[in-house]
Amino acid sequence: MRKAGNIKAWLYLLPAILFLGVFMVYPLIDVLIYSFEEGYNSASQTSYGTGWFNYAYVLHDKYFLQAIKNTFIIVIITVPLSTGIALLISLGLNSIKKLRDLFQTIYFLPYVTNTLAVGLVFMIMFKKTPYTDGLVNMVIKLFGSGPIDFIDGPYWAKMFVMCFYTIWVVMPFKILILTSALASVDDVYYKAAKIDGTSSFRTFTRITLPMISPMIFYLVITGFIGAFKAYSDEVAIFGTNLNAAGMNTIVGYVYDMLYGNAGGYPSYASAAALILFAIVFTITVINLLISGKNSIN
Amino acid sequence: MKIRFDGLTKRFPNRNKEIKADVVAVDNFTFEIPDGKLIGLLGPSGCGKSTALNLICGLETPTSGKIYFDEDDVTDLPPENRGVGMVFQSYALYPHLTVRKNIMFPLENLKGKDKLTKAQMEEKVLEAAKVVQIEELLDRKPKEMSGGQQQRVAIARSLVKMPRVLLLDEPLSNLDARLRIQTREEIKRIQNTTGITTIFVTHDQEEAMSISDMIVVMKTGVVHQIGKPQEVYDNPIDLFVAKFLGTPPINVFDGEIKGGELYIGGEKVLGKDYVKDTADGEVTVGIRPEGFVLNDSLDGKEGVFSVDLKAIEVMGRDTSVVFEHANAEGRLRAIVRSDNNIDGKSDTIKFNLNSKKVYVFSKETEERLI
Repeated sequence: MRKAGNIKAWLYLLPAILFLGVFMVYPLIDVLIYSFEEGYNSASQTSYGTGWFNYAYVLHDKYFLQAIKNTFIIVIITVPLSTGIALLISLGLNSIKKLRDLFQTIYFLPYVTNTLAVGLVFMIMFKKTPYTDGLVNMVIKLFGSGPIDFIDGPYWAKMFVMCFYTIWVVMPFKILILTSALASVDDVYYKAAKIDGTSSFRTFTRITLPMISPMIFYLVITGFIGAFKAYSDEVAIFGTNLNAAGMNTIVGYVYDMLYGNAGGYPSYASAAALILFAIVFTITVINLLISGKNSIN
Repeated sequence: MKIRFDGLTKRFPNRNKEIKADVVAVDNFTFEIPDGKLIGLLGPSGCGKSTALNLICGLETPTSGKIYFDEDDVTDLPPENRGVGMVFQSYALYPHLTVRKNIMFPLENLKGKDKLTKAQMEEKVLEAAKVVQIEELLDRKPKEMSGGQQQRVAIARSLVKMPRVLLLDEPLSNLDARLRIQTREEIKRIQNTTGITTIFVTHDQEEAMSISDMIVVMKTGVVHQIGKPQEVYDNPIDLFVAKFLGTPPINVFDGEIKGGELYIGGEKVLGKDYVKDTADGEVTVGIRPEGFVLNDSLDGKEGVFSVDLKAIEVMGRDTSVVFEHANAEGRLRAIVRSDNNIDGKSDTIKFNLNSKKVYVFSKETEERLI
């Protein structure tokens, strides 16, 4: 009976196991193997030998180091800022009564808009061309400063546009999650706090924040993971040659190693991908440890 | 501290937008709550008792009228300046804080000259915890405790600032039957120990009767009767109060006063001594279950009032007689001595009436006539 039940159970699991095995587990193992195979040639399926060579190469590649730097800057700036601003906007949305639905819809619109379309809009706003300095530069000029080339100019200007864009793109989802989290806090806690004469700041830090902290941690963790995997946003603004723009990310580097002008190096791509995995894994574990300590339970 | 209401009224716009008229949740409250007593605010669901509580604590502002604490007009004061403590129906304990932190929360809000040191706070927390007997639970989180314990924590949190008034919103509704009886005694004890004027809201008349020094019976925003529980029970001012108090409920009959005597369905049940000078006409008669009395031989074969016997229920201490009557709706109930000789197979049974347990109400206004 038990055995028959077991077979039945495995039978139910079979489709999922097959798909996951073929499209996830096998490629993962393959990536791991590639990353240790020196000079692997995908056409002849041969390599010279095995070892840490690919990792050493990638870690000494200036483009990879630049990509790591860019990725970390984007992560460190955009995740806290976008979460913080989203929280402020959600608090505002939660405290207004009139037109709340309208504003909620407006704030959510960017989420259903295509990344590349949004990127185009940003480019029009920031790009300097022979004919125009772009919308943003026109505003800056009003304050008496010279035009800045945000798309092809100095590193900090490009990074500014990049972070601005990233924050803008990830915000709607965070606002959506946080407004519903705020709405789910039982009103009776606020009443109790009010009777006890709790200031609104203390009500926020001691009641609201702890109550919605699981959602905030969720957003921070997924935010970190998402930001580490950034690539399409960069392409949307700076085009496909990210190395030349100095704005490449880790995923961008992996892509270039596979298909870009410098393409055809699956071993380097695999090594870079695994380094990214190690980074994301470490950060997520740290996040979970911190959130575990602070959780309501 | 005594609380005085002067024409207190609260209206809400009707949720059903097609009805233009406002909902009057609290209608022209004008009465006084004496100092240091336990008051039960009693009424069916939706009668405005919770709104009344919210008006007292300041979570709602009245449409018109005034509230005085002693001689101070607190009508426009925000909740934190009124010196009220409130225990919510769901307790509203902060789930992420320990019991100690929960009770300390109101103290940490104090500012300026009222600000307390950490040691003073600890001391006050312990003091409040002792009153409700939860000293050993201080380091637990709310969800690690039973409903009754959470209730005590909520009371401790509302007591820790030594409020002038303690308000409890349906304090027993989330507890099981056994705990309910225990906790209501506990509330009475805490009120006695602290001497704080305490108002609690309930829809359960038994709950209110059992522990209150005074009950306020209300319906659709209007106060019907105020008084000591026994007085209100013995002397209901109208049919609503008579029906609302008492388990099993009062039995209601269509009756008539003819020639200065009280008739129900053609039988003269009470005479001129009882009716006195009440005018003739159709009336509603309410008889408490304990108002039915058996004849001397306890067999129910003689009496002034005959009814259709349906069932005899033995309750141990006394016996419940279930019957029907042409002038009343549904099944009715009389409570008689358990050592009776009633023949359960008989179709009819006759009672005499204890005139003190019989009330006569006007058919139109439902007001008490006798």
